[in-house]
Amino acid sequence: MKPAQVKEITKKQSEAGAFAVMLSKEITDHIRSWRFVVLIALIVLTFIAAMYSSLSNIMPITGNSHDPDHNLLYLKLLTVTDNSIPPFHIFLSFLAPLLGIGLGFDAINSEKNNGTLIRLMAQPVYRDNLLLAKFSSALLIISSLFIVLALLMIGAGLILTGVRIEPDELFRIGGFVFITITYVAFWLSLSMMLSIVFRQTATSAITAIGLWLFFTIFYQIIVNLFLRSLLPDTSQLTQEQAISYNDMVLNILRISPNQLYTDSVTTLLMPSVRSLGPLTMEQMAGAIPSPLPFTQSLMIVWPQFSGLLACMTCCFALAYCLFMRREVRS
Amino acid sequence: MKDPVIQLRSLTKRYGNHLAVDNLNLQVHKGEIFGLLGPNGAGKTTSILMMLGLTEPTSGTATVCGYNATSDAIKVKKKVGYMPDSVGFYDHMTALDNLLYIGRLNGLPERQLKDKAVRVLDVVGLAEAGMKKTATFSRGMKQRLGLADLLIKDPEVIILDEPTLGIDPTGVKDFLALIRKLSREQGLTVLLSSHHLHHVQQVCDRVGIFVEGRVLAEGNQASLAQQLFGKNGYMTSIVVENDLPHPWPLEAILKAWEAIDDISYQGNTIEFRCSRNITPALVRFFVENDCNIISVNQKNYELDDIYQKYFETGTSKRDYKKTV
Repeated sequence: MKPAQVKEITKKQSEAGAFAVMLSKEITDHIRSWRFVVLIALIVLTFIAAMYSSLSNIMPITGNSHDPDHNLLYLKLLTVTDNSIPPFHIFLSFLAPLLGIGLGFDAINSEKNNGTLIRLMAQPVYRDNLLLAKFSSALLIISSLFIVLALLMIGAGLILTGVRIEPDELFRIGGFVFITITYVAFWLSLSMMLSIVFRQTATSAITAIGLWLFFTIFYQIIVNLFLRSLLPDTSQLTQEQAISYNDMVLNILRISPNQLYTDSVTTLLMPSVRSLGPLTMEQMAGAIPSPLPFTQSLMIVWPQFSGLLACMTCCFALAYCLFMRREVRS
Repeated sequence: MKDPVIQLRSLTKRYGNHLAVDNLNLQVHKGEIFGLLGPNGAGKTTSILMMLGLTEPTSGTATVCGYNATSDAIKVKKKVGYMPDSVGFYDHMTALDNLLYIGRLNGLPERQLKDKAVRVLDVVGLAEAGMKKTATFSRGMKQRLGLADLLIKDPEVIILDEPTLGIDPTGVKDFLALIRKLSREQGLTVLLSSHHLHHVQQVCDRVGIFVEGRVLAEGNQASLAQQLFGKNGYMTSIVVENDLPHPWPLEAILKAWEAIDDISYQGNTIEFRCSRNITPALVRFFVENDCNIISVNQKNYELDDIYQKYFETGTSKRDYKKTV
């Protein structure tokens, strides 16, 4: 090889190397931090509670032949509950944001306040590498966490019941894990963006938590409150009008990422869910009460899923934009 | 003449209406220790950030080691070590781990990295503290670790922003001696900024005086005094036994002397600004007029006076224009 080629290769290696070095450092930091231990403990406890509640109720449900999904044991494990606690995926719809926020809210501003950001930026590394390393390290950890949980659930189910897992169930659980990771990634990128916008870690944390509470609790209440005063009385409407208003309300609710997540995982985990909006009697006529195949469920949630993905990408792109233009000084 | 290592050509940075750096021209040569002296907010840090490509200049260019700092920032950062004024480390990591991280980011080969980090720690006198977490470090130790951090990547140029800030006097002395030693032994080019002129005086070969975004003067100490004070280079101050009355009757006679440019007096102290050295004549005059002299002091210009004159009076720019 010519010397120029060798130089080119070592240059490439060192650029990829800087990212790998940052990534491994960030992952180490996450794993060794107390915050991460607490967050994992929270998720694992939720998981155990949900599993316990579903395992103790699984018997009557799998025996219920009126339920078209009664054969899909592993999906039932994730969704069945004795009503004392919500099922795992509903739990996740409000706990997962906390995971994302917890791992991202101080990504950039703590480095800045410590005076380490400027030192890093004075090294021969690209600025975006830092952002990407922070994002991917948290995402890698979260992905491993959820994949481990899903596999544990399947393994425990196999040992305890001895029932074979259907490929359809495996795909659905895989899809559930994937969407959950995307959902966490959205909150992660949002909180990272806030960590760039705000100088104080406390401000960015509070803002992120505020947004999280707003979307999980208040958004629905506010939408209902407004629309009730604006919409005409439903008893005076024709069926078509009622349906169109209902659609509108649903679409407004779908602005909330929580709603997108809950809709999509519910559809994936409960194969008998055929639509996320209202269905007319004509549409239902002739439908066989059986579980939908995986691809059909996937088609139903595809808009929701792409919406989540788009939200995440937007936040991340905005974070990039802000960070690249920001002047770094101590 | 050699090519300068750092060359700034009409570098300007504007924040809204505020002109942080105004048409800055500067050259620093290889192996030189250059001091950027100026009060807080003079634009020193902004200029440094532009040299590293961390801030884009509004106009003008900064060339460091032959690369344009704005467009070729990565290449510049490979050759330049920068220590910010409030240097920070990852508190939960040991000093050695902090160094190794920076070494890896610079793409140093893993095999030699550890030996090198240990050696560099030894150079800055932190050999024993290497395994301690940096959270326990004192300010002076952090500053030393910051220097180790620069040295591990074998830089050609090191830029230190307020390196002596917040260290005790002995610490400052040791630190500056260390910088001087490193510069001489390894041929490093050093650019350091400070508002503390004694520190700059101790260590720098050349000094640039930086006020409100411009360099007022640059050169070594002697040429600075020459540039700034021009022909009015002699100051004599005489302290007499009794307080002088206001107005002082002898003032008019002295004012008639052609060598005296300015007289000011307060209490029992009189200061003369003269174009020649006329101290003996002044003493004779005082004795003949029955004034009992307690002390006579002929001032040589030090950076101190320059500092006093241009930074600590709020009217720096106006004064400067008058003198020039």
